Amino acid sequence: MADTSKPPSIVVIFGIFFRIGLFSFGGGLSGWVYREIVIRRKWLDEDEFMSGLAVSQVLPGANIINLSVYVGQKLRGAPGACATFLGLICAPFFAVIGIASIYSTLRELSFAEAAMDGIAAAAIGMILIVAGRGVQRAVPRLEALIALFVTFVAVGFLHYSLLLVVAIVAPLSVLAAWYRGAPREG
Amino acid sequence: MKDDNVLLALIAVFVPFSLVSIGGAPSVFAGFQHQAVDVHHWVTAREFVDMFAISRAAPGPGSLLATLIGWQVAGWSGAIVATLAFYVPSSLLCYGVAYVWRRHRGKRWHTALEQGLAPVGIGLVLAGIIALFRVSGGGVLSWLVAFGSAGLMTWRPKLHPLLIFAVGGAIFVGLHAMNWDHLV
Repeated sequence: MADTSKPPSIVVIFGIFFRIGLFSFGGGLSGWVYREIVIRRKWLDEDEFMSGLAVSQVLPGANIINLSVYVGQKLRGAPGACATFLGLICAPFFAVIGIASIYSTLRELSFAEAAMDGIAAAAIGMILIVAGRGVQRAVPRLEALIALFVTFVAVGFLHYSLLLVVAIVAPLSVLAAWYRGAPREG
Repeated sequence: MKDDNVLLALIAVFVPFSLVSIGGAPSVFAGFQHQAVDVHHWVTAREFVDMFAISRAAPGPGSLLATLIGWQVAGWSGAIVATLAFYVPSSLLCYGVAYVWRRHRGKRWHTALEQGLAPVGIGLVLAGIIALFRVSGGGVLSWLVAFGSAGLMTWRPKLHPLLIFAVGGAIFVGLHAMNWDHLV
């Protein structure tokens, strides 16, 4: 169980998500959320976080915005969700307009693109940590491992529609977890 | 007057996209392009491609294309209206789901849902990583940097991620400067 005894203040939540939004070059946002919320502050446990990851990807909307709303709702209800949403979107909103204003200059710099690619690759490393932890947790449960692998291959390599894959795999995976009925770890 | 009409048009375009953007904003980029370029003539095809590149280079969700289109059409008010029109409807839906989700915490079906959905979420994250590599045109070096950064962050969790990102960027720029781009 995550520590829910004392919910963090709205200002603190806003500040954390503002920083995540500001620093999240090259993607990797869910990695940041995992690091800040699950690892460093232990406000959510891993099952909560990872099922939230699934929910935020299945629902319409940018995954990371959904994940933030999900986390904010867990922490402080509606005000918490507003804080995470606004915090996350605030800095990128101004950054993207700022970059658009200087874009023509920026395009002249040939190394800018290479730098972005490098940053993006390093940022992917942060998501790899989340993925690695998720795989590690799935390993002891064969049905979870199968669900993970089938989802990964079907969406990542076979390019089946995400919705279709989730619509088939998720109920089976949930059913398997139900029958196992194992006490949650955690 | 005309300005109001433009803002209303932005809302009319982006709210529906918000609610069908399953799998994130990339799934509706084609629709964005059709509406903004062909239907409303808000931007040219060339501007649209530039905006796509900009939205990827900026921090954040990487889907701030809506913001840029709004900005182009009606300045600050357009940017704000388009951003909210695209993000708020899906967020409200997500809030509703999260709310119902939390109220049933501890029940057996809830635990089963959580444990059953977690591996699906991770599978999707892994698939997303593959897709990211594909669009970033990354070769072997991208993978090396990604695994190197993951390894470093696991080994030294206190190290600030931005430092590691900077190193990743520097490696790529260095290779670029030495014309070793073919390795990338």
